[in-house]
Amino acid sequence: MKKLLIALMTSAAAMSVAVSAEAAEKLKVCWVYVGPIGDFGYSYQHDQGRLAVEKKLGDKVETAYLENVAEGPDAERAFERLARQGCKLIFGTSFGFMDAEVKVANKFPDIKFEHATGYKTAPNLGIYNARFYEGRYILGQIAAKQSKSGVAGYIVSFPIPEVVMGINSFMLGAQSINPNFKAKIVWVNSWFDPGKEADAAKALFDQGADIIVQHTDSTAPLQVAQERGLHGFGQASDMIKFAPKSQYTAIVDDWGPYYIERVEKVLDGSWKPEDRWEGIKAGAVFMAPYTNLPDDVKAMAEATQKKIADGWNPFTGPVAKQDGSAWLKDGEVADDKTLLGMNFYVKGVDDKLPQ
Amino acid sequence: MRLELVKRPQRSMLFSALSPFIAFALTVVAGAILFALLGINPLTAFYTYFISPITEVWQLHELAIKAAPLILIAVGLSVCFRSNIWNIGAEGQFVFGAIVGSVVPVLYPEMQGPFVLPLMLLMGMVGGAVYAAIPAFLKTRFNTNEILTSLMLVYVAQLFLDWLVRGPWRDPKGFNFPQTVQFNPSAVLPELMPMSGRANLGFVFALVAAVLVWILMSRMLKGFEIRVLGSSPRAGRFAGFSFNRMVFFAFMLSGALAGLAGISEVSGAIGQLQPSISPGYGFTAIIVAFLGRLNPLGIVAAGLVLGLTYLGGEAAQSVLGISDKVARVFQGMLLFFVLGCDTLIHYRIRLVGLAPAPKLDASPKLEEAN
Amino acid sequence: MDMTVSILLTIATAATPLLIAAIGELVVERSGVLNLGVEGMMVMGAVAGFGAGFLTGSPWIGLVAAIVVGALFSLLFAVMTLSLATNQVATGLSLTLLGLGLSGMMGTGFVGLPGERLPNLYIPVLTDLPVVGKLLFGQDPIFYISIALVFGVSWFLFKTRTGLTLRSIGDSHTSAHALGIQVIKYRYLAVMFGGACAGLAGGHLSLVYTPQWVENMTAGRGWIALALVVFSSWRPLRVLAGAYIFGAVWIGQLHAQAFGIPVPSQFLSSLPYLATIVVLVIISRNKRLTMMNTPASLGQAFVPDR
Repeated sequence: MKKLLIALMTSAAAMSVAVSAEAAEKLKVCWVYVGPIGDFGYSYQHDQGRLAVEKKLGDKVETAYLENVAEGPDAERAFERLARQGCKLIFGTSFGFMDAEVKVANKFPDIKFEHATGYKTAPNLGIYNARFYEGRYILGQIAAKQSKSGVAGYIVSFPIPEVVMGINSFMLGAQSINPNFKAKIVWVNSWFDPGKEADAAKALFDQGADIIVQHTDSTAPLQVAQERGLHGFGQASDMIKFAPKSQYTAIVDDWGPYYIERVEKVLDGSWKPEDRWEGIKAGAVFMAPYTNLPDDVKAMAEATQKKIADGWNPFTGPVAKQDGSAWLKDGEVADDKTLLGMNFYVKGVDDKLPQ
Repeated sequence: MRLELVKRPQRSMLFSALSPFIAFALTVVAGAILFALLGINPLTAFYTYFISPITEVWQLHELAIKAAPLILIAVGLSVCFRSNIWNIGAEGQFVFGAIVGSVVPVLYPEMQGPFVLPLMLLMGMVGGAVYAAIPAFLKTRFNTNEILTSLMLVYVAQLFLDWLVRGPWRDPKGFNFPQTVQFNPSAVLPELMPMSGRANLGFVFALVAAVLVWILMSRMLKGFEIRVLGSSPRAGRFAGFSFNRMVFFAFMLSGALAGLAGISEVSGAIGQLQPSISPGYGFTAIIVAFLGRLNPLGIVAAGLVLGLTYLGGEAAQSVLGISDKVARVFQGMLLFFVLGCDTLIHYRIRLVGLAPAPKLDASPKLEEAN
Repeated sequence: MDMTVSILLTIATAATPLLIAAIGELVVERSGVLNLGVEGMMVMGAVAGFGAGFLTGSPWIGLVAAIVVGALFSLLFAVMTLSLATNQVATGLSLTLLGLGLSGMMGTGFVGLPGERLPNLYIPVLTDLPVVGKLLFGQDPIFYISIALVFGVSWFLFKTRTGLTLRSIGDSHTSAHALGIQVIKYRYLAVMFGGACAGLAGGHLSLVYTPQWVENMTAGRGWIALALVVFSSWRPLRVLAGAYIFGAVWIGQLHAQAFGIPVPSQFLSSLPYLATIVVLVIISRNKRLTMMNTPASLGQAFVPDR
C-alpha cells in the first residue's frame, strides 16, 4: 500500500513538473489579497483587476493568487511562496503587507513587486494607490445639495490616513455648497461586517442623517437606505443593483487598467518601480453613473468631476484645521506627503481621532 | 441499521498507533472524490497538499513558524482541559501577552543589550498569565462561568491592541499607519538557522514547553492532582486538593504559555505590533490540543500536522488554483476523520442490524469473537 | 418617539439571530451536549437561505432551506459525537471550520447579487397604530418566530414530560439510561433542533438583516450566541434578556458615537463584551441557583454499556 502510494505520489510530482514546464513560456503574474475574493468589496475589486488582465493578455500571461492572507507572518510566507513558484510580477494589495513584501523583495531581486497603499519602495518594488479622495469631494457636494436635514451619516472602518483623507475631502466638498453641513461619524472597527454596517446606518438615520456615506465594504448601508426611502453612495464597486432607488453614485475601484498597463510593461521590458498615485484623470478612480439625482445636481457633479480631471485638487486652500488653525493658505495645494499621513480633521468635522 | 460502540476493557495500543493512518487513508479517499468533483487531478492535489510543503527546506522553516504558536498554546490548554477547566480565551491571552511583552521595545527602544529579550519574554508570560487570571478570579470568587468570561475577554484584548497601535503606541514616523516602531535587533527573537529559512527560537520554546508539561503531567504530583481533580472533583477534594488553587494554576499556566507564544510571534515573525497579530491561533490551538489527545507530545505532532494543512492549502491555492475554501473543507474533513478514528482506541464499533439480535446471549458471544 | 421606536426595531433586528441561535444551543446543552459549531451551522444556514431564496425567487423557500440545511449540517456533529463518541469541543470547532469553508465554496456564485428580503408583517389598522403598531405588528416574520421559540422552549423544558426527560439526560446520562431512556436518540433530536435554529439564525442574516451573501457574513455571531447560553445559566427567558441587552449595548454604542461622545471607538466597541461579563458576574453569585441549572453532564461523551 505504502509503496503504491509513493509510486503514485512520484508520478504526480512528475506531472506537476510537466505542467509548470509547459507553462514556463507565459509570464506568471500573482496577487496576494487580504480578504476573501467573495467579499464583494476591496479584495473582490482587486481580483476583478486580475481577471481583466487574464482577459486582455491571457495568451501571454498566467495568473495566480492567494486570498485571505493574514497580515503578519502569513504574509511573508505568501510572498515567498509565490516568488519561489515562478511568479515574475507580484502585487500585494494591502497596507499591512508592506514590511513582509519589502523583505521578500530584497530576497528575490530578479522578481518585480508592487505594493498598494504603502510607502516603502525598493529597486524591484514599486507602490501604487488611487486618489479616492477626489471622488469623495464630489460625494460631499452631492450630499450637501440633496440633504434636507443638512446632516450626513458617515460609516468608517479604521482611523488610517486613507480614511481620514476621505472624510476631510467629503467635508470640503459639502462645505463648498453648504458651509454649515454636518457629518455624524461612526467607527465600526471592521472593514467588513454587513450586520454591523447595517446597524450603524440605522443608528445614523435615526439621529437625523438623511444621506449615508461609507468607507466600509459591504452593500448593507445602501440596502438600509433603500428600505427607508433615503439615499447613499456605493463603495468600491457600483452597488446600484442593491439599491436602484437609493444610490446617487459610487466610487469604483477599477484596478484593471493599471494592472494591464504594469503587466504590459513587464512584457515589453520597460517596467520600473514607480510611485503611482493617480485619480480621476488617469481613470484609476471611476465614478458610477449619477442616478436618482435632479439634472442640476447631476450637472454640478459632472462639472466638478471634469474640474478634478483637469488637474484641480480638492485640497486647495484656504482650508482650516478642526481647531480653527490655518492649514492651507489661499490657493495652496496640499502636498502628497501630508495627505498620505493625514491624521487631523479639517474644520467642521464632529469627531475626535485617536492620538 | 445503526452503529453501536462497545467499550474496550483497556485502550487499544494497536489502534492508538493505527488510527492516524486510517484517518489519513479515509481523508485521501474522500479528498480524491472532492477534488475529482472539482475537476482537479487528485494525485496532483495530494502531492501539492501533503508532500510539496515538506520537500523544500524553506517550507520546513515556515512549518516550524506556523506550528510553534499552535503547539505552545495547545500544550497549556491541555492542562486546563485535563483538569476540566474551559479556557476558550487563549487568543486573548496571546494578544495581551504580546502587548505586555512589547512594552520595552515600543516605549523604551533605547534599551538594548542581551537582557532585553529575556525581559520581554518574561513580561509576555506574565501578561498572558495575568490576563488569564481574570476568568480564574471571577470563577473562584463569583462562580462565573469561565467559558463566557474568557471568550469575551478575547474581543476586549483585540480592541485594546487596536486602540494602542492606532493611538498611543503608533510609530511617529510611520505616516500615521497603525503599527508600532520596528523592534530593534536586540528585541528580535533570533533565527535558528538564518542561512536556510526564518524559523526562530519560538519553535524551540514550543518543544521545551511540551516536554516540561509532559514531565509535569506524568511524573509529578501536580500532574496527578490535575488528573484527579479533572476526572472527579469530589475525589480530589477528599485527597485534600484545592479546586480553586487548581483553577488559578491551570489558567495562569496556559495563559503564560499563550502569552509567550504571543510575544514570540511578535518579536520573532512580525517584528512590531500591528492591529492583527494572530490568524486565530488561540482557537485553532483548541483543536490541536484535542487532536493531540491532550498529551503534550501528541500535541507537537498534531500542531505540525495542522500547520502542514495550512501550508498545503496555500500551495494548492497558488499552484493549482484550488480556492482556499476547498482547502478549509479539506482541513475540516481531515479533522473529522482523525477524531472519528480515535474512537477506535477506546471502543469497538458494531453495526447493529434492523432486527436486533436477542439481547441476552448476543453480546457475550461477540465479545469472544472479537 | 419615532426615534425610540426605530432604535427598538434596530435592537430587535440585531438581537434576533443571536437569540435564535442561542435558544437552539440551549436545548442542545440542556441535553448534555456542547456544540461549539454554532458559527459553522449559522453560516451554512445563511448561504442556503440566500441561495434558495435567490434561485427560486421566494424568500420563504430560502427560510425553509436555511432551517433544513442547518439541521442536516448538525447531523454530522451528531453522528461524530453521539454515535462515535468523539470529543465534543474538538468536533464542534471542526464543524465551524468546515462550515466556513463549505459555505464559501457553495456561495461563490452568489457574491455581488442582491437577494430576496422576507417582507415585514403588515396587518391593516394594527400595524398602523402609533408607537406599538410597528413594534408589535410590523416586524419581520423571523422576529415572531424567535419570540415564539423562547416561550415554546421554556414551556417544553419545564412543563412537558419530554422536556423533563431531556433535562434529566443532561443532568445525568447514566441515570437516565438506567431508567430506560434512549439517551442517544434524545440527544440526536436536540442537536438537530439546535442546528435548525442556528440555520434559521443564519437565514435571518441573509434574508432579513442584510439580504445578500458574502463569505463569513456571520462575523462571529455564533460565538456570541454560545456565550449567551452560558450567560443565561441555561434558562430561556434569560437568553431573551441577554440577547436584547447585548443588542441594546451594541446599538447604544453606535448611537453614542453618532452623538459625538469623545471616547475612543474601540472602548465603546468593547462595551457589549464587558457588559456581558459584568451582568453574568452579578447573576452567578448565587452559587446554588447556578449549579441547579447547569446540565451536569455537559460536554461528556456517553456510550451506553448495555
